[in-house]
Amino acid sequence: MSTMSLRGLSKTFGNFQAVNNLDLNVEGGEFLSLLGPSGCGKTTTLQMVAGFVPPTSGTVLVEGEDVTHVVPEKRDMGIVFQSYALFPHMTIAQNVGFGLEMRKMKRQALKERVDEALAMVRLSGLEDRYPNQLSGGQRQRVAIARVLAIRPRVLLLDEPMSNLDAKLRGDMHVELRALQRRLGITTILVTHDQVEAMTMSDRIAVMTGGKIAELGTPQQVYDKPVSEFAYRFLGQTNEITGEITSNDAGSAKVQVGSISLPVKVSESHQGTSIKLFVRPERLRIGAADGSAVKGKILTRLFLGGIWFYDIDSDIGPLRISAPNLGMSPAEEGETVGIEWNSGDMQVATSELANG
Amino acid sequence: MVDASPRQRSTPWLLSLPSLLLFVGLLAVPMALTAVLSFHVFEGMRGIQTAFTLSNYIEVLTDGYYYELFLRTGLMSLGVTVICILVGVPETLILAKMRPALQGTFFVVILGPLLISVVVRTLGWQILLGRQGPVNSALLSLGIVEEPVRFLYSMVGVVIVLTHVLLPFMIVAIWSALQKLDGQVAHAARSLGAGPITTFWRVVLPQLMPGILSGAIIVFTLAASAFATPAIIGGRRVKVVTTAIYDEFLTSLNWPLGAAIAIMLLIAIVAVVLGSNRLVERRFKQVFS
Repeated sequence: MSTMSLRGLSKTFGNFQAVNNLDLNVEGGEFLSLLGPSGCGKTTTLQMVAGFVPPTSGTVLVEGEDVTHVVPEKRDMGIVFQSYALFPHMTIAQNVGFGLEMRKMKRQALKERVDEALAMVRLSGLEDRYPNQLSGGQRQRVAIARVLAIRPRVLLLDEPMSNLDAKLRGDMHVELRALQRRLGITTILVTHDQVEAMTMSDRIAVMTGGKIAELGTPQQVYDKPVSEFAYRFLGQTNEITGEITSNDAGSAKVQVGSISLPVKVSESHQGTSIKLFVRPERLRIGAADGSAVKGKILTRLFLGGIWFYDIDSDIGPLRISAPNLGMSPAEEGETVGIEWNSGDMQVATSELANG
Repeated sequence: MVDASPRQRSTPWLLSLPSLLLFVGLLAVPMALTAVLSFHVFEGMRGIQTAFTLSNYIEVLTDGYYYELFLRTGLMSLGVTVICILVGVPETLILAKMRPALQGTFFVVILGPLLISVVVRTLGWQILLGRQGPVNSALLSLGIVEEPVRFLYSMVGVVIVLTHVLLPFMIVAIWSALQKLDGQVAHAARSLGAGPITTFWRVVLPQLMPGILSGAIIVFTLAASAFATPAIIGGRRVKVVTTAIYDEFLTSLNWPLGAAIAIMLLIAIVAVVLGSNRLVERRFKQVFS
């Protein structure tokens, strides 16, 4: 259960600031994801943690020990790579035993550890095969077993699922998460897949432009993000621009077109222009008469479990999702009322947001 | 194609006909004629007789002179191959780490020897390696040697020049193997506790073996069948199989014996190549598939 801290970590490539003064604390046994689009600096961060890329400035601490300038082979970290990076000329047992062999472990103990690691990923019996004789999913399990065998202080996962098909990926999320919990191993996952990050993580750090825009539990970063970036990057959102007409200790009135909406904002909110965010699943379709906001259904999409409605409303274009409960849905062309709970129309508060 | 007409079925053959004709006409026929020639009788007074004999082969196989000749050629080729591997592997790894712009430049530099005519290149080396040539002057003035080294008409000189011209083949072969190498594999080894040297020996080098093997086959074959370099740099003193064949054909005019030596050289090269191929492929079979 090793804790880990990144303090003021930065990396510059020429004129490009890949990672910008990043601070992050990872609890012992925690599963933390670095989530962001490509180029956000998440992979560079991981490589600095692993020791493959020297930071321009800042420190990496594991259990309080400064490892910033320690060579990768002395860091005691296990890394699962996107390509799995198995050794094609070695058997599965040799692959899994490689780290132990480097630690000069005795043959009998080594064999036991390899067997144990392969059992953990349910690959017992494949010891004498070679990587190219295995399926993609099996290769990934070997890569996981290979790092678990050395019982690393920290587990680093670099987009480990991106080469698996969707079904297998879903199964692996659950399995890997269960394994990580059972072993209590501190883990950092780098991914651009938000579903992956949300299913597996204790906390998610949403990154953009070399900085952390959002840090919190999956539910926090999805439901109550502080940055506009997180609203847009995670899931879907409706973005509504309006004018603040009054702000009474945080209870504001926002004018959007001809409609005045009550919204909770910070007391110090400056300026009159404001962006409101609301998730499609927090909007409901109701009866046209009696609703403050009305709209006409332009398009209706069926996704099996849910319906999507694209609506031209009084407060601009909106997307609404509704679970498929077997009832006949609203028709295209129909004019409907749009409802929501007051807390669901939200405002981004973070400075970093406007990126 | 379920129902191919005869015309469609013959199309591939028709398309490959020109190259097949070229291959048969310029390679298969002369080889066959050489093979036939090697079984003919040669008499000092009457020249080549069409009678069948094995005496040429018996002569080659029983005379110690030829053993020495083949051994010398084999050791020379082996030496060139080993030096090409020792120089080529690090050179390719350095090349791979360069910026793309520099890579292009250095590729031209490496392939340079192949762009120059063999005669011009070899004569250039003759000037460089001469008793009073730049190489010896440099060695003398640096105090590395007391008196000029004899590069010309020596095995050392022949090996140096052959290595220079054959190295590009080795580098290109290793380069292509390196392109197939997963860049993350070395990182994986490091993170599992292997130092840079162990990572190279245990993880990188084994995966370069297919490239090293194919490079070694090309280099060995070309070195064993090289003629101009041993003839010009080695001269009379360093006689190898190819120069011996040349002498039989043009000096002794004993064409059948020359042909027999040529066939023996061919068989020897094929045997060495197949043998080493088998050996290395078995050892590193997982990397090859």
